[in-house]
Amino acid sequence: MSNTDIEIVVDDPTAPEVNSPVVTSVRIVDVVVSLLLLALALTLGWDNWRTGAAWDSTGPQAGYFPFYLSVILGGASLYGLVTAFLSRKEAAETFVTQAQLRRVMAVFVPTLLFCLAMQFLGLYVASFLLVSTFMRVVGKIALWKSLLTAFVFTAVMFVTFDIAFDVIMPKGPLEAALGR
Amino acid sequence: MEAFGLLMHGFAVLLTWKTLVLMMVGLVLGIFVGVLPGLGGPNGVAILLPLTFTMDPTSAIVMLSCIYWGALFGGAITSILFNIPGEAWSVATTFDGYPMAQQGRAAEALTAAFTSSFIGSLVAVLLITFLAPMISSFALKFGPPEFFAVYLLTFCSFVGLGREAKHKTVISMSLGLLLAGVGMDTVSGQLRMTFGSTDLLRGINFLVAVIGLFGISEILLTMEERLALRGHAAGISLRVVLSVWRDLPKYWVTLLRSSFIGCWLGITPGGAIAASFMGYNLAKRFSKDPDGFGKGRIEGVFAPETAAHASGTAALLPMLALGIPGSGTAAILLGGLMVWGLNPGPLLFVEHKDFVWGLIASMYLGNVVGLVLVLTTVPIFASILRVPFAAVAPMIVVSCAIGAYAIQNAMFDIWLMLGFGVVGYVFKKIGIPLAPFTLALVLGNRAEDAFRLSMIGSGGDMKVFWSNGLVGSITTLAIVLLFWPVIDKLFGSFARLMRTSKSNA
Repeated sequence: MSNTDIEIVVDDPTAPEVNSPVVTSVRIVDVVVSLLLLALALTLGWDNWRTGAAWDSTGPQAGYFPFYLSVILGGASLYGLVTAFLSRKEAAETFVTQAQLRRVMAVFVPTLLFCLAMQFLGLYVASFLLVSTFMRVVGKIALWKSLLTAFVFTAVMFVTFDIAFDVIMPKGPLEAALGR
Repeated sequence: MEAFGLLMHGFAVLLTWKTLVLMMVGLVLGIFVGVLPGLGGPNGVAILLPLTFTMDPTSAIVMLSCIYWGALFGGAITSILFNIPGEAWSVATTFDGYPMAQQGRAAEALTAAFTSSFIGSLVAVLLITFLAPMISSFALKFGPPEFFAVYLLTFCSFVGLGREAKHKTVISMSLGLLLAGVGMDTVSGQLRMTFGSTDLLRGINFLVAVIGLFGISEILLTMEERLALRGHAAGISLRVVLSVWRDLPKYWVTLLRSSFIGCWLGITPGGAIAASFMGYNLAKRFSKDPDGFGKGRIEGVFAPETAAHASGTAALLPMLALGIPGSGTAAILLGGLMVWGLNPGPLLFVEHKDFVWGLIASMYLGNVVGLVLVLTTVPIFASILRVPFAAVAPMIVVSCAIGAYAIQNAMFDIWLMLGFGVVGYVFKKIGIPLAPFTLALVLGNRAEDAFRLSMIGSGGDMKVFWSNGLVGSITTLAIVLLFWPVIDKLFGSFARLMRTSKSNA
């Protein structure tokens, strides 16, 4: 009873275009990340040196192990920095195109807003807003479908976590008004 | 035969309605996670972990491991029907699975995939049943130097044997070890790397990092792709299943070879991805008709699936016996053990018999139930893909947030998760591997404690790592593996030198 016909088709209305201009190359990101890691290694190394990275009567001090790890991390990032600078081969490799970045931001920014909203509105209200808005705006899905899906999803989450499993989540004014 | 009796006891622990229901729920969730793009085994387990916080450890691990089996099964569905590997380890399954679906043999390919998954994990579970108790009772004799040597071996083999650029593996690993050290020092009680922040006092939670690194970053990565898809739909009839099973004995060599590769790569940190490719390539090389591969050979489905599943399951062996996870997902399960108040390591077999044997029994049962479940419900799961990603993505984000918050009830963890999401996205794109980071983060504190305890014991003498035959050989092996690429090259040039000098003579 297998069937050769294509039966499941899903479209992606906001897919990134293929020939979008390049924002940045892998090599540049590589250099930036290496620099950041190097800075991190220096900060952590300095902090551990302050804590004490030597030996005392009982053995290695608290900063000993992490200090040498920062040295290793620093060394490896320095090596990465040098190879990234020297290599010409990776120069052409695309890290992200404009269209791709737009799509990534289309999911990252709402996620950021969701995390912010969560502190004031509580997780459940924020999640209703996130799901419904995202489906409507990014997915171009009909409004009633978006609202219904978001409501059902949030309700299921609430019942599962808050009622059935007693997992405490941040709550806001709506939950307070409902007496939960 | 002691293992057999204990295993029977494990089955007795499992056979309650509650556990069986949890098992089914876990499997369904797991297959769901495996089918969806942008979610995989590690993410699924990490996100669903908070569900288990209020359960007893045995129920919790049964449910979580079933999510893992489900994810392993689920990856094959999209590979075969849509030519989209739901998981990296199912990439090799697409080579022959999708052509089979195009030829109208989708049901056959799916049956082959599920059956071989089942066989692969069965072999690995048998291995675990008999080998894990032996290894753990051997490891009971380990002191801090031995444990540190084993940790060192794990870390070094990642650097030496990994396919990524060496310095990137080193970066990922040392970063993980460093972040594991943030917070209160367990030996002296001093604060480290907190910079006066009260939120960093608790340390960086492993699970929060994992949810960000795998969950959030995966969504960002998935959004970059064009998400439109076209695929075949298929139902599996009993007739097809039986006809595939009738032919199974013909392929016993392939199945056995792949199981062996999978078990080996699962125990050593090679992972399911490498295992599936290796299984496929070897099946192709040893085949009488290598050109037929890639055009819809059923062996091309058997080989990678068996290896991937064997490896995924065998990765739990070192986790159970030594407290060292063999894969990212195993690392997360290990994180779960700690949340439930169990101390992973060889003592687990002594102190928590019910738990360990319950888990091992659930591997048998979970795979049998999983096989039946996937064979009967494929059409339903395939149609999950009709749900647009724009609806799935925000739901995953919400689940991630719930997971991250529930671990310590801290808002700071939500921001940490988001931060790790960005880090994971960038790291994946510039080729810094995430598995060493995960492993280092979960093992960091234990490795450091083992190191410092052995240093205190020996009065600061590094020779303690060569003080007896056992610890000495593990340490030496670790160092050899660390420099393996260099040694390999030296051997290569030496051999070439010999050859040229011989031809000159």
